[in-house]
Amino acid sequence: MVKSVMSVSRQGIRDWLIQRVSAVVMAIYSVCLIGYFLKHPHFDFLDWHALFAQTCVKVGTLLFVLALLFHAWVGMWTIFTDYVKPFVLRLICHGVVFFTLVSCFLWTLEILWGVNQ
Amino acid sequence: MRFSIYRYNPETDEKPYMKDYDVDVVEHDCHMVLDALLAIKNHMDDTLTFRRSCREGVCGSDGMNINGKNGLACTLSLDSMKEPVVIRPLPGLPVTRDLVVDMTQFYEQYDKVQPFLQNSDPLPAKERLQSPTDRAKLDGLYECILCACCTTSCPSFWWNPDKFVGPAGLLQAYRFIADSRDTEMDERLADLTDPFSVFRCRGIMNCVDVCPKGLNPTKAINHIKELMLEKSV
Repeated sequence: MVKSVMSVSRQGIRDWLIQRVSAVVMAIYSVCLIGYFLKHPHFDFLDWHALFAQTCVKVGTLLFVLALLFHAWVGMWTIFTDYVKPFVLRLICHGVVFFTLVSCFLWTLEILWGVNQ
Repeated sequence: MRFSIYRYNPETDEKPYMKDYDVDVVEHDCHMVLDALLAIKNHMDDTLTFRRSCREGVCGSDGMNINGKNGLACTLSLDSMKEPVVIRPLPGLPVTRDLVVDMTQFYEQYDKVQPFLQNSDPLPAKERLQSPTDRAKLDGLYECILCACCTTSCPSFWWNPDKFVGPAGLLQAYRFIADSRDTEMDERLADLTDPFSVFRCRGIMNCVDVCPKGLNPTKAINHIKELMLEKSV
């Protein structure tokens, strides 16, 4: 049977793509946010509240955080597979990172959707 | 000129050590690092062990770490060397003795990429032809002499020598992927899609920095990744 790039485990290229796409998402969000702050130099709590009360900002921020978490997952997975050779210890490290990242995501949701109009 | 050379004989030494040699490079007519090593072996200490063959950067036998950078002893001039010249075996591979390393892991990774032409089309009457344009695509790929300077300078290979193919192996993989006469491109790419074989390359580019033939394995690795992406979408 002829193998193809599509038919076998594609974790390598998937992780590689995740890192690049997430980096682009984070870069776009960061540039937009910095641009906004530069345009509004006197930024107080009410402005901050009003900004994050908008659904588009909430969705954008959520996308940014998701990109950051995926980026971190791939990075930490790579570090642990490089340096932590005992399987059980590596599994524990992966587990700790996974639950930390999921917790960060849930916490982000709570914070973002806790901002009301 | 002073040389500080890594010495280790597993039969007699408990652990490796560095030994200093003062070589009169003018008297022994030494121009390259290899000339100095041969002067030491022939006139000062015949127990010093290292590999060498062609003495002109073609065979790739005398790859070693010279003043912290991998290179071929026969192509590195003594003129530009900082003293003492510190010579160690190629890093990341088990040391057999002194400057001789066990290259098994390096060759196993080379073997993985099936470095030979594969073509499932019927045999032509005479030979498989290639246009000059297609032939030009192999320039910068076929010249590799498998000295292992690049692969043993790569941290990704140090951490995963059993899983990461390494720059030399991947340069050869792309040499056949890019060959218009080879019909197994899809299969070759599919064999490399796991997270380690190609994707453990983080673009550090030590390989490009040390290659004694001036080749660019990172560029070849990026071409492999791009082709995989094209085939995936």
